[in-house]
Amino acid sequence: MNLLNLFSKRKSAPVARERLQILLAHERTIAGGSDLVAVLREEILAVLKKHVSVDSDKVQVKMERGKAVSTLAVDIEIPTPTEPLSKLERPKVAAAAAAAG
Amino acid sequence: MAKVLVVTSGKGGVGKTTSTAAIGAALAKDGKNVVVVDFDVGLRNLDLVMGAERRVVYDLINVVQGDAKLPQALIRDKRVDTLCLLPASQTRDKDALTEEGVSQVMNELREKFDWVICDSPAGIERGATLAMRHADVAIVVTNPEVSSVRDSDRIIGLLDAKTARAEKGERIDKHLLLTRYDPARAERGEMLKTEDVLEILSIPLLGIIPESEEVLKASNLGSPVTISNPLSGPARAYADAAKRLSGETVLLTIPTDRRSLLGRLFMRRAA
Ligand SMILES: Nc1ncnc2c1ncn2[C@@H]1O[C@H](COP(=O)(O)OP(=O)(O)OP(=O)(O)O)[C@@H](O)[C@H]1O
Ligand SMILES: [Mg+2]
Repeated sequence: MNLLNLFSKRKSAPVARERLQILLAHERTIAGGSDLVAVLREEILAVLKKHVSVDSDKVQVKMERGKAVSTLAVDIEIPTPTEPLSKLERPKVAAAAAAAG
Repeated sequence: MAKVLVVTSGKGGVGKTTSTAAIGAALAKDGKNVVVVDFDVGLRNLDLVMGAERRVVYDLINVVQGDAKLPQALIRDKRVDTLCLLPASQTRDKDALTEEGVSQVMNELREKFDWVICDSPAGIERGATLAMRHADVAIVVTNPEVSSVRDSDRIIGLLDAKTARAEKGERIDKHLLLTRYDPARAERGEMLKTEDVLEILSIPLLGIIPESEEVLKASNLGSPVTISNPLSGPARAYADAAKRLSGETVLLTIPTDRRSLLGRLFMRRAA
């Protein structure tokens, strides 16, 4: 045992405890937000399915937490339509994709 | 009514397989009908820890895919006849497990046994979520160490979100099993204390398993520690944990491997 250890009162376990408490408080808020992400994902899917056939795992919703604002990233992959979308539908999908990006 | 119990942790190597075997054997010795199911597809180990590695003919994937009937794949323990093992496949990968297939096997097991204990693979991916999917009760195995506690926190989140019960809005019983605990080091402030881990994870404590050389000895012999050396510290701690699972109230202690001098001399000659 070196001299420093003899004098330092700080044990390592309390440090571990403190680090964990801070870290997990942060990680839980991220995980807590995933509920919202899941709900959004389901609803976006439902809307999409009205217009195009889309695979459920081709819709990805991600939440990035920032200090003041958080950003929501929505990534949707749809099959390239074999027959062109009707003129009426096209702008809608484009709008959704733009909003998503 | 049958209960499905998942033994999970997130972090690897913390003692899930050891705990599955020890608690499974303890419940079976108490007269319950128990099956331990290895979900660690591709890296099966429960068969080794149970000493049944040479008796594996069919496995969980064979049953899920309909290549074998459940009774053909179940291996009955030679020491405790109310204990069975359903091994994992060593050659296939986890993608061979389908959600419906697993669900069907779980239903069939529920009819035959009082306890269905699922040994989860490490990680938070598909293998781990499949293992916890049908659980009514979960044991979160945690070592008193930062990365294990963090991973346990993740797993607790998954248990509350990804299990069939959670999706139905029902509760899943979660218990903390603190393993490889060294009371002396915790006392000296070198290791997280039980209270620290409990406060951080805030789920009820099922038991504290001491760090002990008896665990390695038991796995060398291919016998759950609750069978090979029931008087050892970890075996008594596991037996108490099993009683608590069955609803008994047992005073919480951290049993140690203290031996008499005579016992120690004898052990040395035997070793
Ligand atoms: N209480 C204990 N005292 C001493 N050694 C232990 C104890 N519990 C487990 N071990 C040892 O730790 C190692 C890992 O244990 P085990 O295989 O049960 O962990 P696991 O969580 O199932 O691992 P994996 O994530 O790889 O499946 C083994 O060598 C085992 O003997
Ligand atoms: Mg294991």
